[in-house]
Amino acid sequence: MESVKKIATRQGYGEALRELGAAHDNVVVFDADLAGSTQTAMFGKAFPDRHFNCGIAEGNMMAVAAGAAAMGMVAFASSFAMFAAGRAYEQVRNSIGYTGLNVKIGASHGGISVGEDGASHQCLEDFALMRAIPGMVVMSPADAVEAKAMVKAAYEHQGPVYMRFGRSPVPVFHDEDSFAFEIGRGEVMRDGGDIAIIANGLLVAEAVEAGELLAQRGLSARIINMATIKPLDEELVLQAAAECGKIITCEEHSVIGGLGEAVCSLLGEKRPTPVKRIGVNDVFGHSGPAAALLEQFGLCAANIASVAEQFARS
Amino acid sequence: MTANEKKTLMANACKVRMGIIQSTHAAKAGHPGGSLSSADLFAYLYFKELNVDPKDPKKGGRDRFVLSKGHCAPGLYAALALRGFFPWEDLKTLRHIGSYLQGHPDMKSIPGVDMSTGSLGQGVSAACGMALSAKLQNNPCRVYTLLGDGEIQEGQVWEAMMFAHHYKLDNLCAVIDNNGLQIDGPVDQVMSPYPIADKLRAFGWETAEVDGHDFEQLEAAFAQARRVKGRPFAIVMKTTKGKGVSFMENQAGWHGKAPNDEQAETALSELRAALAGLEAV
Repeated sequence: MESVKKIATRQGYGEALRELGAAHDNVVVFDADLAGSTQTAMFGKAFPDRHFNCGIAEGNMMAVAAGAAAMGMVAFASSFAMFAAGRAYEQVRNSIGYTGLNVKIGASHGGISVGEDGASHQCLEDFALMRAIPGMVVMSPADAVEAKAMVKAAYEHQGPVYMRFGRSPVPVFHDEDSFAFEIGRGEVMRDGGDIAIIANGLLVAEAVEAGELLAQRGLSARIINMATIKPLDEELVLQAAAECGKIITCEEHSVIGGLGEAVCSLLGEKRPTPVKRIGVNDVFGHSGPAAALLEQFGLCAANIASVAEQFARS
Repeated sequence: MTANEKKTLMANACKVRMGIIQSTHAAKAGHPGGSLSSADLFAYLYFKELNVDPKDPKKGGRDRFVLSKGHCAPGLYAALALRGFFPWEDLKTLRHIGSYLQGHPDMKSIPGVDMSTGSLGQGVSAACGMALSAKLQNNPCRVYTLLGDGEIQEGQVWEAMMFAHHYKLDNLCAVIDNNGLQIDGPVDQVMSPYPIADKLRAFGWETAEVDGHDFEQLEAAFAQARRVKGRPFAIVMKTTKGKGVSFMENQAGWHGKAPNDEQAETALSELRAALAGLEAV
């Protein structure tokens, strides 16, 4: 990938909220003492009367957001993924999932790329937790442009949505003017027929780079950005399985319960196909700079390319 | 409150109690104890306090009531049925497969229910979100929520109490049913929530402490709640768990157990006698 500008997806979230706030009076935003980090502070600065800090009380925040949605507001609730999906899981499940209310959860600092804060803050289970809630849309954007478009799609969507954003700046490869986002629709970043690599979040950029490495080694890899984990773009996965025969999934998440398992479940039932899951292998993370951690855990272009090459030639 | 008005409220509360017995008996499950302790409050809310319209349950500007202690659904359902939100006969389908009367309140299926509850501590937070939004919308409605005295052991309740005071939710009124018993026994033996009103005041709430079976005291407290500006209001009501059915009164065992055929008949005959006594006056 050429040298492109890098922006964290959480910044796309903040900008989208500010634009939504200007366009719609019914947008309210809740945060839990992390407004600067989650980027909801941008909305708060523009619309202080519709931005509510709940303090360090994520469970209350989620149910407050549900109450606001029950009054016809479109409520965005934000914290780190660890606390939004983890700490407040049962509030999300009962007050937001079961009710089907219009609450959009914007969870920042997902995954191992939180970095130095270490395992206590590196949420690797949020996709699994949120996917298990009936009716919950679960998404994770690949860059800031997609993040922005995703947030606007979430506003239009009727019902609960969970969006995971990252802390670290990632390459921006979508063009803001021409990019169109649709919930539940994957995006083919590169065509190929020897193997398909399905990724989301910051691993999409790594997968694209892996695709280039593989091309140099004479392999044509299809790279898919699967920003929506639920509902999964089944058609695109089944097509990739039929045309490529082997699939690799990449996510900054435990290999348990995330994109990899969603793809395996689909293929197991509808088109048994060999799959390798790249993710965090059922261990906790630890402190360190984001880039070094991603490399150490194999969540990088070099490892994706090496796993893919071995798999494709096996 | 006129004598007639009070008599009507007492009669309605008695009917709500009959609905609680009939529905939990038919369900062979449910929570009669805390439903009975709140029966007078349910009658007061739905026949005196709340601005709601059973013909138009989603009417704009209606007052909201969130049953934060969602397990007392039998009491809420009986009050809603009595007020005309749905047929009284349907109470007998409580907790049955295919019934819209779910074991705990379900806003998606039950006319007059504005928030699904059941997991303790969450309803009061939702009520805060409603009150906050009503202010943003310049909606003059008031938001009411009912909590159990065991429920307030949940830490989330106190997160919500902080929130309501911080955002000056003077359109919010919380009622705490202090019947003194929870599943495992007396609340002060399981995990004492006392002193309840002092805690609420420390969290910035205005409070009133009343006898939850006295309609005149309830009337005075709700009137005071409407007068207070700039802060939320809580009514701590002392009640008797199982109130109105002699063998259920002050028995923790009746928290979550349905009466059998014989017990239901005994309870209903007591309530029929009480109702007849009221109507004879």
